[in-house]
Amino acid sequence: MTLSRTELTATIIAAATALLVAAPVISIALLALQPEPELWQHLIAYVLPQALRDTAALLIGVGIVTLTVGAGTAWLVSAHDFPGRALMLWLLPLPLAIPTYLAAYVYVDLFEPLGLVHRALATAMSLPGAIGWLPSLRSLPGAIFVIGIVLYPYVYLSARAMFQHRSADFAEAAKILGADRWTTFRRVSLPMARPALAVGLALVSLETLNDIGASEYLGIRTLTVSVFTTWLNRGSLAGAAQLSLFMLAIVAVLIAIERFGRREGSVEFSSENPRLAPRTPLTGVRGWLAFTACVLPALLGFAVPLLYLLRESLRRGLLSMETTVWRDAGHTIALAAIATGAALLLGLVVIVARRWRASRLTNLSVAVARTGYALPGTVLALGLLTPVLFIDNGFSKLAGWLSLASPGLVMIGSGAAVVIAYVIRFLAVPTGFIKAGFEHIPVDYDDSARAAGAPAITTLRVIQLPLLRPALFGAVIVVFVDCLKELPATLLLRPLNVETLATSIYQYASRGSFEEGALAALLIVAASIGPVVWLTRFADVPKGPV
Amino acid sequence: MIKHHAYATAVVFAALGASALHAAEEVNVYTYRETKLVAPIFEAFTKDTGVKVNVISASSGLEQRMKAEGANSPADVLLTVDIGRIDEAVQAGVTQPMKSEVIEKVVPAQYRDPDGHWAGISMRARVVYASKDRVKQDAITYEELADPKWKGKICIRSGQHIYNNGLFAAYVAKHGEAKAEEWLHGVKANLAQKPSGGDRETARDVAAGKCDLGIGNTYYWALMMNADPDKKPWAEATKVILPTFEGGGTHVNLSGVLLAKHAPNKANARKLIEWLAGEHAQQVYADANYEYPVRAGITVNPTIAGYGKLNADPMPIAKIVANRKAASTLVDKVGFDN
Repeated sequence: MTLSRTELTATIIAAATALLVAAPVISIALLALQPEPELWQHLIAYVLPQALRDTAALLIGVGIVTLTVGAGTAWLVSAHDFPGRALMLWLLPLPLAIPTYLAAYVYVDLFEPLGLVHRALATAMSLPGAIGWLPSLRSLPGAIFVIGIVLYPYVYLSARAMFQHRSADFAEAAKILGADRWTTFRRVSLPMARPALAVGLALVSLETLNDIGASEYLGIRTLTVSVFTTWLNRGSLAGAAQLSLFMLAIVAVLIAIERFGRREGSVEFSSENPRLAPRTPLTGVRGWLAFTACVLPALLGFAVPLLYLLRESLRRGLLSMETTVWRDAGHTIALAAIATGAALLLGLVVIVARRWRASRLTNLSVAVARTGYALPGTVLALGLLTPVLFIDNGFSKLAGWLSLASPGLVMIGSGAAVVIAYVIRFLAVPTGFIKAGFEHIPVDYDDSARAAGAPAITTLRVIQLPLLRPALFGAVIVVFVDCLKELPATLLLRPLNVETLATSIYQYASRGSFEEGALAALLIVAASIGPVVWLTRFADVPKGPV
Repeated sequence: MIKHHAYATAVVFAALGASALHAAEEVNVYTYRETKLVAPIFEAFTKDTGVKVNVISASSGLEQRMKAEGANSPADVLLTVDIGRIDEAVQAGVTQPMKSEVIEKVVPAQYRDPDGHWAGISMRARVVYASKDRVKQDAITYEELADPKWKGKICIRSGQHIYNNGLFAAYVAKHGEAKAEEWLHGVKANLAQKPSGGDRETARDVAAGKCDLGIGNTYYWALMMNADPDKKPWAEATKVILPTFEGGGTHVNLSGVLLAKHAPNKANARKLIEWLAGEHAQQVYADANYEYPVRAGITVNPTIAGYGKLNADPMPIAKIVANRKAASTLVDKVGFDN
């Protein structure tokens, strides 16, 4: 079969995107070529057993927390009506705006001995100096709680995009067969949402795996922490690169296992009209229980850190003191907006190219497009330095040959390098969300449209994109907010004199007084609320049968 | 539509890059010390000399960036807050000798590179935060931290953190690997809890009664005491003891300055480096960061001076740096962080 021009263009862009994502991985692989046998003996004997144990425990724990909270709340708001549901729709995604390391600082500050909560309790119960009856957050359970409570929105958003499109037919069939609501959820909705849950869970796992700030602070020795010690204390960049590739291999194996497991449980969708199931009203005690189940994670993951940051901003008079923060906010939003647009567009093309014409190349493009998220941010940035500066120095040389004035380092000097890093890092989100979204659109649609003579691009625009809307909106929220709070790549790749809100917070945090950065943190939250509220409104499916 | 997008992108990038465009007189600084902390110093420099300072700060990898940027790197000066990072930059080959008579005259030989690649501009000491109530003694040695009498009474952050890495490397340099391993075993056995948090949490744990001794840097305590009423009680419940090595002094780490290999504004870079070693800058820089100035005859911040007279250990920095890897390896070997 020959490719149409549109298909060919899509395939080429998809392949180019994959190449872009692969660039830092390849440069890390080149760094890793230098053998470090002694180092590995040491790592295997003393470091890896502990690091693998800690990493696995953390991943499993955070996975359970985010799946339970994320899928549970998504199901509640998608399939039910209860008091406060409208509020929950935009409150539930908001913990996304709180960087994990910030959540860790806030929780330790509040709840450990001599913190606000401890002091208040001690005063209220006149038990001065009482320690020990507040759990220590600097522990594995503490880390699981803190990381889980701010990361569950990844699962929530991807699951919600699916739960919204619960077909009425399935729900009715289940009902006729005598299934209660819980059974319907467990036997029908959950398996159907599995691809989406897998996407959300994969994002959570990679984010957890690559976290350095929160884990290190809470005393968890993950593989990522080992990458840094290998690089910085053992002075082995090659060893750090090798460890990073080792982590990448683990991720690849986990993804393969997940894909294999999904083969059996895959659900075939009929091409019938996806009539949407109406939401079940929950009243009385049940309604309030649903409300509580939703409001609790939003309180813990969002309201608690937010109020704490507000308090610190007010106490320190930061609102009147900080003058540069507004300029930082401008940089942040500009970088995030451009990167989000680019990531969404490229993610869509990568998935669509394969949908139109599955080939080895398009399959590979999809797989590669998602690897950016699997590297720790600093490693990604290090890997990006070589290719970006190769091009920058090339420009400079070219200018020299043409006897023009040197343009300086074009990409790293302009912020383009930061945008490229964001796109590479977060491309996994739109590709994942859109891929899961497409799994709910029967291929028959494409075939019928093709048979009717509609060009592929028209089918995409008229039929598929509207059906993908919840997935697209979910992806926009996640990528935009992720860009707003991205730290390690921004730190290393930004131009002179440019700060983002995240780097500005970090300036204080690395000094042990993160509260000084409270205003910048609040602005990240503020910048996130707008799109979250706006997009959740758009993405919500009207009540009742459609 | 696409054209529009491209145009908007170009405008934004131009705006981002505009501030970094060439001014008449400027110097570009890559710094591991946070921008906000160095900003007042650089403003003073600009006022004194008319040279504008452009800054980028990061927590790691700046020398890798300089290396990748190569001959086109805009970097003139690299500022670090740790001897480890100084060493990495020199190893990466991104520096050149400063050849400054001013630096050679002002900075004690112990705190600068004999080849002139780097010089210290200020120092911090790694010290003990001791409980005022529960610790009677006012002097302690690093060696004593392994004494079983402190069993279950010591708090510390990760043994792999660069501050501890520096201290442990100094211990290896003093006593050799075997002795150092034994010592680390002893300290590990004395820990009240698994290493975690930062130096500030260490002080808090001592104040809360989780442990009697905490290991931390001199300036964290001063910041808690002076900059945050919420944290002041943590500092007030503890006293700072300047520990010494047996027959030696207190372990200090350096904030250093390096001249970039391809510095495009070399004259201004040298101007900035020498200015930083000047009396005025030494006073302001050390005071603002609660650090010890390297230049003799500068008044130390009163809070820091309140710890007692600093008797810095004479071990050459180069020897400490050479043992960083060994120290890191030993930390893993004794399972210090587990």
